[in-house]
Amino acid sequence: MSNEIAILGAGMHPWGKWGHNFVEYGVAAAREALADAGVPWRDITFVSGGATVRCGYPGYVAGATFAQALGWQGAEVNTSYAACASGSQALAAARNKIAAGECEVALVVGADTTPKGFLAPAGGYRPEDPDWVRFYLGITNPTYFALYARRRMDLYGDTLDDFAAVKVKNSLIGSKNPRARYRKAFSAEDVAASAMVADPLRLMDICATSDGGAALIVSSVEYAKKIGKANAPRVAAISTVTPTFASGVVEMPDIATDSAAADGVEALAYRSTIPLKAYEEAGIGPEDISLAEVYDLSTALELDWIEDLQLAPRGEAAQLLRAGDTAIGGKIPVNVSGGLACFGEAVPAQALAQVCELTWQLRGEAGDRQVEGAKVGITANQGLFGHGSSVIVKA
Amino acid sequence: MSGKPQAPAIEGWYTMEAETRLIGSCCKSCGTYFFPKQSHYCKNPDCESTDFDEVELSRTGHVWSYTNASYQPPAPFVAPDPFEPYAIAAVQLEKEQMVVLGQVADGFSVDDLKVGMPMELVLEPLHETEDDVKVTWKWRPLSH
Repeated sequence: MSNEIAILGAGMHPWGKWGHNFVEYGVAAAREALADAGVPWRDITFVSGGATVRCGYPGYVAGATFAQALGWQGAEVNTSYAACASGSQALAAARNKIAAGECEVALVVGADTTPKGFLAPAGGYRPEDPDWVRFYLGITNPTYFALYARRRMDLYGDTLDDFAAVKVKNSLIGSKNPRARYRKAFSAEDVAASAMVADPLRLMDICATSDGGAALIVSSVEYAKKIGKANAPRVAAISTVTPTFASGVVEMPDIATDSAAADGVEALAYRSTIPLKAYEEAGIGPEDISLAEVYDLSTALELDWIEDLQLAPRGEAAQLLRAGDTAIGGKIPVNVSGGLACFGEAVPAQALAQVCELTWQLRGEAGDRQVEGAKVGITANQGLFGHGSSVIVKA
Repeated sequence: MSGKPQAPAIEGWYTMEAETRLIGSCCKSCGTYFFPKQSHYCKNPDCESTDFDEVELSRTGHVWSYTNASYQPPAPFVAPDPFEPYAIAAVQLEKEQMVVLGQVADGFSVDDLKVGMPMELVLEPLHETEDDVKVTWKWRPLSH
């Protein structure tokens, strides 16, 4: 496939909560990725940064900020803001540049530092901003995750034990990941004992916000061959599709869905449409997937994603979970990095962190977390404002 | 509560009757509904209309899903002291084929709710200011 690019290197600053300048995390991740690739910084001709506009640095421009921190050397830069999909969009920009023949090897990097507590909108009286309205009415981020979780319970018979089992699974494998922020194996009792946040979700069902940084060195397939890395994992597909009208699932930060009342309009769930383009572009199907890294903003959401990726029929993800099929050693391991449950969310870095995990897994270098014989991995995430992404990586 | 006058928490989004109705708009060309109301461009990708009627949306629907807020949300939410958890429902309107979020009326918890059950809109206090009681739409189980 002519659109494929090679992943020569991956790097991450561990996730945590330090409140340092995000540039530190990005530089550490970039340097680790460069060393992993064996590519000198001066050979990078394109720096593609994932950005976030919250948390105190709206004025920073990510690609250029990282390029300057690593030492100006004349590379072209790009900055992508796409909420949770920022990293994938930055990766897509690098792929386009490489496919156009304008660049042989690029750095893709994202990093974040986050405040404590609820993410809140800017102040004032601003009813024209849906994000402001929903907070005014008392509707926070966990509200949306809980609505999806409760629907699973009432429609498919998922239980609180199922949701807790996702946390237990992810915390066990994540406890073996030195880059994860939370490295403790929790029990179902721990989950049940944590405070209720948004019924049925408890504190331990919901992911935290974290500091972290992730980076990839990507190149043309020719360049990879030239430097003796012909077998490097390949990015086989990147989907960054927007929703399709009418979006039938109420999504952050909206107070209402689209209306599907017009003739010929159907209510569609955005999440399930994101991987479709990735599968089509890679020319593979769900049956070819060895492992998945999905955006488990909540434990229950991991089950939604498994169905959105068509790794289980709708409503049957909990059955896979109960059979142990989504754990390491199962048929289709999900979130063997530990997922957001163990990392917490560092928005502009998170989609790249997912690809980093796939890279190590497909190279057989994931140690205690290694999925035996992993050949193809897929990522999935979704964030605010119609942004979402899915990336397929092949060995 | 107090004897203060009622005022809408968000002006123009709903009528001020006890059995409130949400004020939306409907595209004159394709019939797509909008809440909050949309009056400049239709968001249906197959419709280029810029003409809308202001309409009152159905005041009943069925629960799409529900939850509660056990923790006090940050500002601009104005919390009573002490904070009291409240339920939240996402309710599907049949004619409009859309889902609208809202708090659930005072006195009802998640234990009173089920996906698919019928709900209606009522006007209830959101918070008080020095001058008035800010009211908003809330969802209430229909049988009550």
